[in-house]
Amino acid sequence: MSASIEITNVTKHYGALSVLDDISLSIKAGEFVVFLGPSGCGKSTLLRMIAGLEDVTAGTISVADRRVDTLPPGKRGVAMVFQSYALYPHMTVAQNMSFGLENIGLPKPEIERRVSQAAATLEIAHLLDRKPAKLSGGQRQRVAIGRAIVKEPKAFLFDEPLSNLDAALRGRTRLELAQLHARLGSTMIFVTHDQVEAMTLADRIVIMHNRKIEQIGTPMEIYRRPASRFVAGFVGSPAMNFVPLTSVTSNGGTINIGTSGLGDIHAAFHLPSGFSPDGASLGIRAEDVTVLPAGQTGIALKAEVVERLGDRTLIYGHLSDGTKLTAETDGRSEARGGDTLQIALDTTAIHLFDAAGTAHHSEGD
Amino acid sequence: MAESYRRSQWSNGLFILPYLSVFIVLLVFPLFWGAWLSLHKVDLFGPGRFVGLGNYARVLADPVFLQALRNSIVFVLVSVPSLVVLGLFLALALNKTTRTTSFLRGLFFSSSVLSVTIVTLIWRFVFIPGDGLLAVISEQFGVQPVNFLSTSGWSLFSVGVATVWWCIGLPMMLFLAALQQIPNDLYEAAALDNASPWRVLKRVTLPSIARTIMLVTIIQIVMQFQLFGQAQLMTNGGPNGTSRPLVMYIYEVGFVRWDVGKAAAASEFLFLIILVAAMAQYVVSSRKSEASE
Repeated sequence: MSASIEITNVTKHYGALSVLDDISLSIKAGEFVVFLGPSGCGKSTLLRMIAGLEDVTAGTISVADRRVDTLPPGKRGVAMVFQSYALYPHMTVAQNMSFGLENIGLPKPEIERRVSQAAATLEIAHLLDRKPAKLSGGQRQRVAIGRAIVKEPKAFLFDEPLSNLDAALRGRTRLELAQLHARLGSTMIFVTHDQVEAMTLADRIVIMHNRKIEQIGTPMEIYRRPASRFVAGFVGSPAMNFVPLTSVTSNGGTINIGTSGLGDIHAAFHLPSGFSPDGASLGIRAEDVTVLPAGQTGIALKAEVVERLGDRTLIYGHLSDGTKLTAETDGRSEARGGDTLQIALDTTAIHLFDAAGTAHHSEGD
Repeated sequence: MAESYRRSQWSNGLFILPYLSVFIVLLVFPLFWGAWLSLHKVDLFGPGRFVGLGNYARVLADPVFLQALRNSIVFVLVSVPSLVVLGLFLALALNKTTRTTSFLRGLFFSSSVLSVTIVTLIWRFVFIPGDGLLAVISEQFGVQPVNFLSTSGWSLFSVGVATVWWCIGLPMMLFLAALQQIPNDLYEAAALDNASPWRVLKRVTLPSIARTIMLVTIIQIVMQFQLFGQAQLMTNGGPNGTSRPLVMYIYEVGFVRWDVGKAAAASEFLFLIILVAAMAQYVVSSRKSEASE
């Protein structure tokens, strides 16, 4: 069972402090949506408002076309997995999972059927008689998910559920969550500040920043065509390079972009007529910066720090005017800190950001 | 290396020496001296003579002792559950951070700082016949006032009411501290689990503070078996010894009749009763929590 979720003009204030400002969002039935943003952007608050744990100051929230923001949490048909798991410490795993079902007066055989089915799905059948204190972090995580599954909710809400796991377990659980979503086909909303989780799990990512939604899109849309300078800088590791513009001259379908560090660049762009280079910047990801083989001449990059990640090498350096720039090259690179390298840009992968941060993308992309 | 390590371990003991010496002089020594006294016929003036378990036999044969024992047990059976339930109720009601609740917490705790003399004085104003608060109220409603302090049955009850009022602060504070340790997300999970307030109390709150409930119960059993001041000052044990607790019996035998050996024997009984009651509570609760592990 899955349901669409409609968030319309939702605002949240704590006294004079505004936390969310006029948020609207449609989530399709069965969709896996990730709220991604830095700490304090309001993503957890929005999730808790859908769950009913926070009041809505203004606006409406509907689940399966039924308005729910006036209902208590238990009546909204959603289940939540908490960051801390919030398992009841005095109940066994089975009791933890059946507590919510007992509360709505479900017959005992049905409760047992759902608990054993969920336990089998999550491979925790052998843990049913244990208390949470006797479980590992990963096992508790599964129990928390199991407690949500047995309710057969219209939507699952996850509040940074992987952040308490170690790196290896986090990767594995991420994969299992993706499989679970594929199997259950339920609507899932997942809050995280980890862009890898967002990129790997989401059908669509909602990037939140400073009380507002910055961009909604598929992971590749967000990565390839970020809507703003904030999104471009927040998603992707290493972060996108930004180089200040000195001039922009339009020449039919192509433009001539002047920068002090990278020199002049020609690229296919359709910029709005009033685009001003004042305060604007050029953005390019490290993987779109190529390190040229020795003997070829391009743009000079003075390497400062070289990070070897095995499969690739990251070169952090600065351009002739001192602008910082990161380039990515293959794992066998022999570049060292202090070297001056020659680089070239993939002009089809360039983004331009105006002074307000709005993005314009090259035609080639 | 090993030698200096061993020596340093011994010297560490010096840190607890000041406390240990006070503990031994004021607690361990009197404990054994009391046991020694209980085996002797002794008064306050000179050395006694050894009478074996004679004092214990005399205490058990004393109807006044048996009445005091019964009074103390009844008092504990009524006052301890009242203190636990009322303390828990107050803590649950005041487990919020508003100005009103902070004020009320202070108010309910304030009685604990009063001395027993003040407490009994206040409650004598309430219970005393003629001009007492309850007598005045009864007369307003045209009801024949009860003479609370000198009617058999009512006298011990009145002492109990004053005691609960006096002692409610500590249980309330201990319960409040325990309630504030419960993570809020458990309540959020319960809200998403459709749990009614009663189910939340029974399945989330009470199991989370089970240890504190046990702690408060044991503390109160130990304290209420030692009832003395309130009974002495409000009813003087009367009428007819119906509100005389064990400690008052011990006081009267030891310091009024100067039969120190017999008083010591009665004290050993009290010590044993408190020990057994506290241990029984502990064993029962630890077995229960083990069974549910």
